[in-house]
Amino acid sequence: MNNRQKQEEILRISGVNARKCMKCGKCSATCPAYDEMEYHPHEFVYMVETGDIDRLMASQSLYKCLSCFACVDRCPRGVQPFKLIEAVRLMNIRKQGNNHMTANDIPSILDDDMPQQAIVSAFRKYTK
Amino acid sequence: MKVRYFPGCTLKNKAQDLDLFARKSALALGIEMEEIPMWQCCGGVFVSANDEVATKLSSIRALSDAEEHHSPLVTVCSACHNVIKQTNHQFNTDSAFRQKAVNYLASDTVYQGGAEIYHYLEMLRDLVGFDEIKKKVVKPLTGRKIAVYYGCLLLRPNSVMKMDDPENPQIFESLIRALGAESVYYPMRNECCGGYIALESKELAEKKSRSVYESAKSAGADTIVTACPLCRYNLLKNNSPLPVVYFTELLAEALGAKEDSNE
Repeated sequence: MNNRQKQEEILRISGVNARKCMKCGKCSATCPAYDEMEYHPHEFVYMVETGDIDRLMASQSLYKCLSCFACVDRCPRGVQPFKLIEAVRLMNIRKQGNNHMTANDIPSILDDDMPQQAIVSAFRKYTK
Repeated sequence: MKVRYFPGCTLKNKAQDLDLFARKSALALGIEMEEIPMWQCCGGVFVSANDEVATKLSSIRALSDAEEHHSPLVTVCSACHNVIKQTNHQFNTDSAFRQKAVNYLASDTVYQGGAEIYHYLEMLRDLVGFDEIKKKVVKPLTGRKIAVYYGCLLLRPNSVMKMDDPENPQIFESLIRALGAESVYYPMRNECCGGYIALESKELAEKKSRSVYESAKSAGADTIVTACPLCRYNLLKNNSPLPVVYFTELLAEALGAKEDSNE
């Protein structure tokens, strides 16, 4: 897939219209993972809008999103940056061998109190 | 009244108190929670991509069960509630997804999209009523200063969850007041604890959790109350100076159902 095709695929599976963004930055201002990200939610939207997909797909920022939906609810234009981040991450992990976390990683992370919810959630986000 | 109950993976394992006190309190309020047979894990988080189908089928099975029984579908865990409600929304608004899901399931009973989904808090508010609960309180939690912690999943995305005003919710506070305690306002009550990032970055989980419990503590709370096992884990794991308890435990305590040994 070239950049253009990837862009179309991301827009299709996310259902997002990136052109609605008016670049106010509120998504990034409210993002709880902002400090950990190389590219921030408003930049995600811009990079998808302009077709700058490869850099985005290579970024660890994809795995910092906490799925808290703050950017979805607080966007004044209803852009839903979260759905773009999710779509780009899926484009990565849906590729054979591209899982961000494997079952072998889990034992060393586990502790006695960790709820099952944490593990299944991380697996759903990082693994196919 | 009978409701269909989806407990979820964590309430059967690390969060058994959340489940036990939910059932005991419901009984005290005249509600029988019938556990859906052979329920399957919701997956913990909703995958928003519209071409993602298989990961949403467990939710649709639970929804279909509730529809078949003409009963409300009740969840206690914030994550289960979020996933099931968002899946139902997609089922009812995205015809391509709906068709694929129905084809996948190939079940004798086809889900029609009509299940009514209630988080336990909504069940208390909408099916029981906080005034009724107040009347049934036998051990009011007088003098307690409770910081309710919504986290993310109960309220957002609001266009789907529709539990309460996502930036100024009252449902949890109203319950705490009905139980006789004081509800302490603090700004971080609907911000993220870090969630599953605890597996990926313990530092980030710590930073997020600390900002929540410090906010609650500086507002004068003596206890943080949550509906989410992962919120509770993150706050406690990252050294919350305040105890973090499940809301169902406080409810059972106030209703005098906590020490019942009928289970």
